[in-house]
Amino acid sequence: MDTRLSTEQQALRDSAVRLVDQLGPHAVRDLGDPERTAKLDAAVTAAGWRDLRDGTDGDAPLASGVEVGILAEALGRGLAEVSFFGPTLASELRRMAGVAASGVLETVVFDPGLTSVARVVPGGAAQGVAVDGQGASRALLLIVGADGAHLAQVGLHPDPVGPDLTRPSTVLDPGIEVVPVPGATRPFTEEALDRWTALGLALACADLVGVMEGAVQLATAYATERHQYGAAIGSFQAVQHLLADAHVLTEGSRSVTLHASWAVDELPTAEALDAAAVAKAYCTRAARQVCETVIQVHGGTGNTWECLAHVYLRRSLLSGDLLGDAEASVTRVLRHRGIGGDHGLP
Amino acid sequence: MDFRDAPEESVFRQRLRAWLEDHNPGLPTSSTDDAYWAGMAAWHQALYDAGFFGMSWPTAIGGHALPTVYEVIVDEELALAGAPPRPSLGYLVQGMLEHGSGAIRQRFLPGIVNGRDRWCQGFSEPDAGSDLASLSTRADRSGDEFVITGHKVWTSYSDDAEWCLLLARTDHDVAKHRGISAFAVPMHQAGIEQRPLRMINGVTKEFGEVVFDGARVPAANMIGEPGEGWPLAMTVVSHEREPGELGYVARYSKVVNDLTRRVHEHRGSVRPEHQRELGWATVEVEMLRLHVRRRLSERLDGITHGPQGSVDKLLMTWVEQSVGHASLSIGGAAHGGGDDTPLHTYLYSRAQSVMGGTSQIQRNLVARRILGLPG
Repeated sequence: MDTRLSTEQQALRDSAVRLVDQLGPHAVRDLGDPERTAKLDAAVTAAGWRDLRDGTDGDAPLASGVEVGILAEALGRGLAEVSFFGPTLASELRRMAGVAASGVLETVVFDPGLTSVARVVPGGAAQGVAVDGQGASRALLLIVGADGAHLAQVGLHPDPVGPDLTRPSTVLDPGIEVVPVPGATRPFTEEALDRWTALGLALACADLVGVMEGAVQLATAYATERHQYGAAIGSFQAVQHLLADAHVLTEGSRSVTLHASWAVDELPTAEALDAAAVAKAYCTRAARQVCETVIQVHGGTGNTWECLAHVYLRRSLLSGDLLGDAEASVTRVLRHRGIGGDHGLP
Repeated sequence: MDFRDAPEESVFRQRLRAWLEDHNPGLPTSSTDDAYWAGMAAWHQALYDAGFFGMSWPTAIGGHALPTVYEVIVDEELALAGAPPRPSLGYLVQGMLEHGSGAIRQRFLPGIVNGRDRWCQGFSEPDAGSDLASLSTRADRSGDEFVITGHKVWTSYSDDAEWCLLLARTDHDVAKHRGISAFAVPMHQAGIEQRPLRMINGVTKEFGEVVFDGARVPAANMIGEPGEGWPLAMTVVSHEREPGELGYVARYSKVVNDLTRRVHEHRGSVRPEHQRELGWATVEVEMLRLHVRRRLSERLDGITHGPQGSVDKLLMTWVEQSVGHASLSIGGAAHGGGDDTPLHTYLYSRAQSVMGGTSQIQRNLVARRILGLPG
């Protein structure tokens, strides 16, 4: 038992943090700057981060859940406006279906509640939301026929919606044409989809850990600079205790997320999904408290558009909902222990 | 990275699991019942004799000198078997290991580790709780001895103890942190009066107050140098804040497992919102289990006990109190009879945000020493 990152994993983390520090936004006015975001996207493409779950049929992916988790955390921490979650999960679906990577940037369509990958019956209208698809021209979903769920795709015409200013979603046009992915003849088993869900939950948690870390840093810096009553507000215990709790919640979240990321490739499916659900419940609830705290510590400033605090909160709202919010995740945890109920889950 | 057991860890786990099949004393959950405290010494000795106690401590004092992850395995298996947690006295051991001379370590530690000698910890006083350094119990030199006068309170296990790790003021002319020394004081002597305190859940065996009125302790029983009492106390409390040191994951897991079983047995009659509270308590305990694994692994890099202990103490407190709430919801408050264990578990959980340093003190430490906020 040794839960430390390997030397290579530490190096990956350091280089990811550096890249995002260099090319990510540092103020609200930086958001969406076309020149910088193009550089960020090009750097992520060049580094191959979105291809890490690729693999030929039957083979293991290029990198484990731990490595993609490390990247997701760095991107969340730096509020990077670059797609990663969606394309990584798209590539995971392709590998599981035994079809080669497509060479174009793809994301995934979720059902309207974001709790699972969208499913459509042959000839039926597609309903759902393509998340995290900046730069993507296609999105994957499932067609459910008589012999099970097969991989399918839709063309994507971005029309940004959603709470997250750094990772816009696109609502599918109900009339959009859904076509099978060429070569995807083998249906997904429920178990395969559960394992895919475990990866998605772990990635969302890693994003949340990064968001919490970045947000607490922002508020800590502000509490040191902002003076009231002739003293830095960070010298008041009332403020210190808010930030201390936020830091502690971040550390607890880090521990569950590390385990969930590892479990994706190492534990039997049911246990991997349980590990992911434990992490998702914990991180989602923690991120809500942490991001709200960070707005509170910023006072009036924190309630203005120009302060980055709400950008963290908004990003946490998307990651928090992906593949099941806190309550839906608790439902999964209880189900795994033989206690029923369908609260928040389809 | 691997959360799984290494082969030798797995062998150890199987051996412990097999032993527990025949040796689980079936005591009630600790801290809810005096019957637990009555049976604890025998349980400690049984664990020690079978080679399942003090896994990470030096062999010279009766430990096994194994990596700290073995403590995690012990805790997990105790919880799985529904056995009582291991006695939590690692903080005493660590304090004495770090600050005691070779002679002190050799004289006292084997008896602590093997469970033959019972110890209590005389730190807090009526007027020195969070502000421990302002303690006023005094130790005055008289020949080869010190004479102790003062009043200690909220002292765990004082009625059972043969020895007390006592903090007392030996120098009144220096700053308050510098004038404190630590002693190993024999409890059974004239000049010491021990009174049990009844905790809010009714337990009388855990908590006491001790009045020292001319008690005597040989000068050779001083632990560390004169004035080293404060650094020793800081070592002790930093270990007292660590769930991995205390073995509390086992205690919380046992409660959650019992509550889960209760829900299975009374399917349909447990309200959905109470089931969800159990779900959250389950998530919290899992978090702590994994957090302890992470911390003990970090220790392989030589990271020692810093302010992170305060992070862990706060996490542990939230876990215990979440488990306490689930216990109250599912077990009920036993109005008019029935099983009082869930009520006692809940009531005891309120102490966790006080003992070993209040949650407010921990937050001060996190804010200043980790986040670097101005003091």
